[in-house]
Amino acid sequence: MKILVGYKRVVDYNVRIQVKPDGSGVVTDGVKLSANPFDDIALEEALRLREKGLAEEVVIVGIGPADLTAHLRNGLAMGANRAIHVQTTDAVSPLAAARTFLKLIEKEQPSLVILGKQAIDDDANQTGQMLAALWDRPQATFASKVEIAGGKVTVTREVDAGLETIEAELPAVITTDLRLNEPRFIKLPDIMKAKSKPIDVIELGSLGVEVADHIKTTHYAAPPKRSKGVMVKDAAELVAALKQKGLL
Amino acid sequence: MTKILVIAEHLDGKLNGATARAVSAAVATTPESIDVIVLSDAPEAIAAEAAKIEGVSKVLTVARAENAHGLAAVLAPQIAKAAAGYSHVFAPSTTFGKDLAPRVAALLGVSQVSDVMSVEGSHTFKRPIYAGNAIVTVEVDAASTVVATIRTASWPAAASTNSSASVEALTLDVTLPSHTRFVDLQQGKSDRPDLQGAAKVVSGGRGVGSKENFEIIYKFADKIGAGVGASRAAVDAGYCPNEMQVGQTGKIIAPELYMAIGISGAIQHLTGIKDAGTIVAINKDGEAPIFEIADIGLVGDLFKILPELEAAIGQ
Ligand SMILES: Cc1cc2nc3c(=O)[nH]c(=O)nc-3n(C[C@H](O)[C@H](O)[C@H](O)COP(=O)(O)OP(=O)(O)OC[C@H]3O[C@@H](n4cnc5c(N)ncnc54)[C@H](O)[C@@H]3O)c2cc1C
Ligand SMILES: Nc1ncnc2c1ncn2[C@@H]1O[C@H](COP(=O)(O)O)[C@@H](O)[C@H]1O
Repeated sequence: MKILVGYKRVVDYNVRIQVKPDGSGVVTDGVKLSANPFDDIALEEALRLREKGLAEEVVIVGIGPADLTAHLRNGLAMGANRAIHVQTTDAVSPLAAARTFLKLIEKEQPSLVILGKQAIDDDANQTGQMLAALWDRPQATFASKVEIAGGKVTVTREVDAGLETIEAELPAVITTDLRLNEPRFIKLPDIMKAKSKPIDVIELGSLGVEVADHIKTTHYAAPPKRSKGVMVKDAAELVAALKQKGLL
Repeated sequence: MTKILVIAEHLDGKLNGATARAVSAAVATTPESIDVIVLSDAPEAIAAEAAKIEGVSKVLTVARAENAHGLAAVLAPQIAKAAAGYSHVFAPSTTFGKDLAPRVAALLGVSQVSDVMSVEGSHTFKRPIYAGNAIVTVEVDAASTVVATIRTASWPAAASTNSSASVEALTLDVTLPSHTRFVDLQQGKSDRPDLQGAAKVVSGGRGVGSKENFEIIYKFADKIGAGVGASRAAVDAGYCPNEMQVGQTGKIIAPELYMAIGISGAIQHLTGIKDAGTIVAINKDGEAPIFEIADIGLVGDLFKILPELEAAIGQ
């Protein structure tokens, strides 16, 4: 079987994001970019399924500008067989991303699509669910365990109440949670090998995807700051301070 | 005309408190009506609870055996059908709402507004991005249905009233998929206050050191009647179960008192507690970033301080 993996590039999770003073966006110039952490987990899971002999091919997908190539090479170095780069300079909403994935699915016919549960830039947490709806297939979001057998996937999901297990017929969409696995590190020789792996470049415009978004972002602001508090010297002072606030 | 449909969340026959928070956001949108939809195999008792929430005009029930476990693939086509005639569909931003609402949105052919923090107008909302490090204002095209999840920590629960809104059974002619099946739910059993509704929360981090040591956190929490949370590092290390994780990818909470014990204060953790009333940090490292946002900080060893606190609080 073939697995399609979402591989988005985002501002690295260690960067402290700054909002531009005029409220027109956040500062991204010169900021470190990395793979969305949930997508590294998605790729790792796909690679493990391939290593177990449950999949033959792992294809990563990135939707974004021309300079996404280096990022996709990282995914290839991690172990993906090939990459699809859907090129666009426009911002892509989760719905447009889902529609794009659907087009690729029609062409690639994967048995499994693994996406991150959320991209840590827009924090939308939508694309996988939307794709599953448009594709009319099962979704197993927030996965912390994935088992495939007999044309079915059994997924343990991290939900507010605890751990939910569901069973879905393939093909299906899975979105990853943090505890699904720990992504491997890229080794130097693999970076060399990745140079010869194929990257298909497709213009988003050529896919006939409706990208117009009916949600517009009109303003960016920094979050309200919490004022700096006080330090107390011992347990007795802390209890006194909490009692004074009526919290104990 | 603004008419809002709120999706009720429930478990084991009881309405989840997050529903009343989503109703608060609906009220802030000043609509003509707010209807709550309950999909379940046995919706009656849940609907009766929902009918008491202040601001609710009507409760719609969809009783089907397939609705027993809240699977998004099963619920979404029913909600998309029921959404005809509504300008807005709201769900709480819990794992239930996050799983379901985007599937509904896609069936309606619209994008979704995730994690609404404030309502600025019927089609204008504020929401966090980049783990809460930026707040954006978004405007939804007036002609399309607004599908949104409501960031529960930003909204108080709408009050419960003595009077009841009317309850109406809905029959939806929708074929449901059978490709997705519920297997089981392992629920953490706890007599402690629920993390998302608790007025006080005590959380432990990697500094607690082990599952056994975590008892000291539970003990202290019980002493002050608090719910118990944890950092991702503590959950990853197996000190406590996943449903206790607080933060960007865990639970976003807004208790009156939050106590971070042996937690360094990574941005992903802080995202989960920004709306807490008073934040207390106990950490042996005076330079830990948690002290930059704590209202009250105490530098020291948690294993020494917690027993001292218990003693100082007394009986
Ligand atoms: C995409 C992504 C999402 C994430 N989501 C979340 C999330 O939802 N929630 C979350 O919490 N994290 C999240 N993280 C992880 C986050 O970045 C941090 O790694 C994590 O919060 C650290 O947990 P910690 O503070 O317990 O551990 P550490 O950073 O290791 O801090 C432990 C602290 O304990 C103190 N300490 C040690 N011993 C003692 C003692 N005896 N007494 C007192 N203090 C002591 C130390 O001084 C230290 O400050 C996420 C990360 C990523 C990349
Ligand atoms: N532009 C993109 N390129 C590749 N994958 C994407 C893109 N946008 C979304 N995805 C996938 O969808 C997941 C969820 O994104 P979101 O719904 O934006 O939070 C991500 O973790 C990716 O796997």
